[in-house]
Amino acid sequence: MDAVAHAPAVEHGPNLRQRLAARGFDAVTLLAIPAAVFSLLLFVYPFAFGFVLSFEPKAGGDWLANYRRFFSDPFLYETIAKTLWLAIPVTLVNLLLAIPIAFRVRLMRNQRLLTTLLVLPITLGTVLVAEGLLNYLGPQGWFNRTLMTIGLISQPLKLVHNYWGVFASLVITGFPFTFLLTLSYVTGIDPALEQAAATLGASAWQRFRHVYLPLLMPGLAITFCLSFVQAFSVFPSAVLLGEPGGATRVISIVAAQAAFEEYDYSMGSAIAMIMGFVQLGIVVAVLASRGLFYRGPASGAKG
Amino acid sequence: MTIALSQFDEVRLDRVSRDFGALNALRDVSLSIRRGEFIALLGPSGCGKSTTLNCIAGLLPVTGGAIWLDKNRVDTLRPEERGFGMVFQNYALFPHLNVRQNIGFGLKMRGRPKAEIDRKVDEALSLVRLQGQENKLPGQLSGGQQQRVAIARAIVIEPPLVLMDEPLSNLDAKLRLEMRAEIRRIHNELGATTIYVTHDQDEALSLADRIVVLRDGVIRQVGSPKELYEEPAHFDVADFMGFRNKLKGKVVAVDGNRAVLDVEGARISGVVRERVSVGSGAYAAIRSDDLMVGEGGQNAIGAIVDTIEYRGREFVGTAHSAGGLDFVFRSHLPVEPGSRVHLRADDERVLVFAEPIQGRH
Repeated sequence: MDAVAHAPAVEHGPNLRQRLAARGFDAVTLLAIPAAVFSLLLFVYPFAFGFVLSFEPKAGGDWLANYRRFFSDPFLYETIAKTLWLAIPVTLVNLLLAIPIAFRVRLMRNQRLLTTLLVLPITLGTVLVAEGLLNYLGPQGWFNRTLMTIGLISQPLKLVHNYWGVFASLVITGFPFTFLLTLSYVTGIDPALEQAAATLGASAWQRFRHVYLPLLMPGLAITFCLSFVQAFSVFPSAVLLGEPGGATRVISIVAAQAAFEEYDYSMGSAIAMIMGFVQLGIVVAVLASRGLFYRGPASGAKG
Repeated sequence: MTIALSQFDEVRLDRVSRDFGALNALRDVSLSIRRGEFIALLGPSGCGKSTTLNCIAGLLPVTGGAIWLDKNRVDTLRPEERGFGMVFQNYALFPHLNVRQNIGFGLKMRGRPKAEIDRKVDEALSLVRLQGQENKLPGQLSGGQQQRVAIARAIVIEPPLVLMDEPLSNLDAKLRLEMRAEIRRIHNELGATTIYVTHDQDEALSLADRIVVLRDGVIRQVGSPKELYEEPAHFDVADFMGFRNKLKGKVVAVDGNRAVLDVEGARISGVVRERVSVGSGAYAAIRSDDLMVGEGGQNAIGAIVDTIEYRGREFVGTAHSAGGLDFVFRSHLPVEPGSRVHLRADDERVLVFAEPIQGRH
């Protein structure tokens, strides 16, 4: 009888802590607080501040005045197209270079040396790369001199202070990043899948086309987005190696000019916001297209 | 049935070797496989059985010797040119393709017309009994179903040779028995020629027409399951075929095909399987089924029981001798752990092997 009398005690539902734990909240969740504070102070707050500031035009006028000015002045709005015209081809070139190289490197035993060599340009920074390219690709640089010595050209090619100077610089500084990401996606695919495809009669190209590429697409989309965002925010090399008044007058130059030459922080913020939304638009479009592809684990084993 | 496997008379491995740097994974492996045979490559891990299979499939280049399909040399061909079907240990199904697309992959790569692909895939589906699952992705299938897809995918291209690399090792015990029977059924229905890699001697014994025992990259014995089970040629083959009692001793007498060993003072006589001479070291190998608790005397050795397990009709126990030999034995009656018993075996059930030379054979 006693046992029966005590039984109803169990019928109390789980307490608050148990209910929270069932939803994934427990003491460990507190460890996320430093990261949350960090991103709140260094990302969310400045972003929100700039967002609000962009609606408070320095010269007065209504809250959309900055944006109206940007989109009515070709000297300003054309920078979007100019930046895209740099960032998208550069990202595609990097990706198209990275894929075959990653396929080769995946089979190598000594990946570390190569990886170190590739990471070097990232650590050097864009300014050093730009200075180096100015010397190397300039009218008196090795590249032009070599071509002239062997008689391929009679006049030096103009490779700096124009579109191609910035293009080269962005490829050099962006490639390692694109490559390392691509390599990690390529090596993440079970090599047994390729072997299986080979025993089923698929040629090297068919194995790439029908096995690797579909499995890589989601990863390549992410790689594209991250590389694109880096290239889109190009600034130092556009100034140093490009033609900041013309062909490589990219959007970040315009934002910097507004903020630090005209001291119009409000306009600067508005341009930064526009820049952000263009990036966001491209990234969302690319990521949405991932839905067209298989996105599960890339291994042939039972999961 | 329109899945008709390409016909040939013989696959021949001619002194095939494979080195990984200084390591000889395979040394001079020669083997002839006739059409319709089911061959099991059996051996412990690292013996070279998977290497052999990968060399035949073309996934690993051979570093010596040649592989022939009748009069055609195939070891110089790329894997996609050999056309052998292969079933991988982890199945290696394409995760982004559904069952139908996985099975039809090989035919599609060959540029076959869609109608033919559909018809052959349907047949393969019914052969492996997977009708109704054709639109699922591999990730939605159970392990056994994935295994069936892998088999269907390999046979639908009508390969002269089907290669299977430990195909059952990822399945649970019950499913493994089921799929074992399935694999043999499919082999028989298609009249396929199969090379099957396994480290499980039960699998090899129950499936194969002939078993090839490999060790350290060398073929140790080739024979029918019965031959290997009853007449292992070497100590290590016996070890692998379930002779769990290995009694080390010294030869005291040899008479024809019988030899008597001194094992810790006990006299053990058995059938000579490898040349031994009086005074040399030798092993007496006895299956746990043949070592029984009994009276002392002929062919018996004293031991202390360690554990005893009830197995339904009888007991299986482990024991050790004063000299440190370990035994696995059978008993009709329960014996107490810690008690002293005599373990004996009929002398025709005892096989005598020369002491193996350490290291490479």
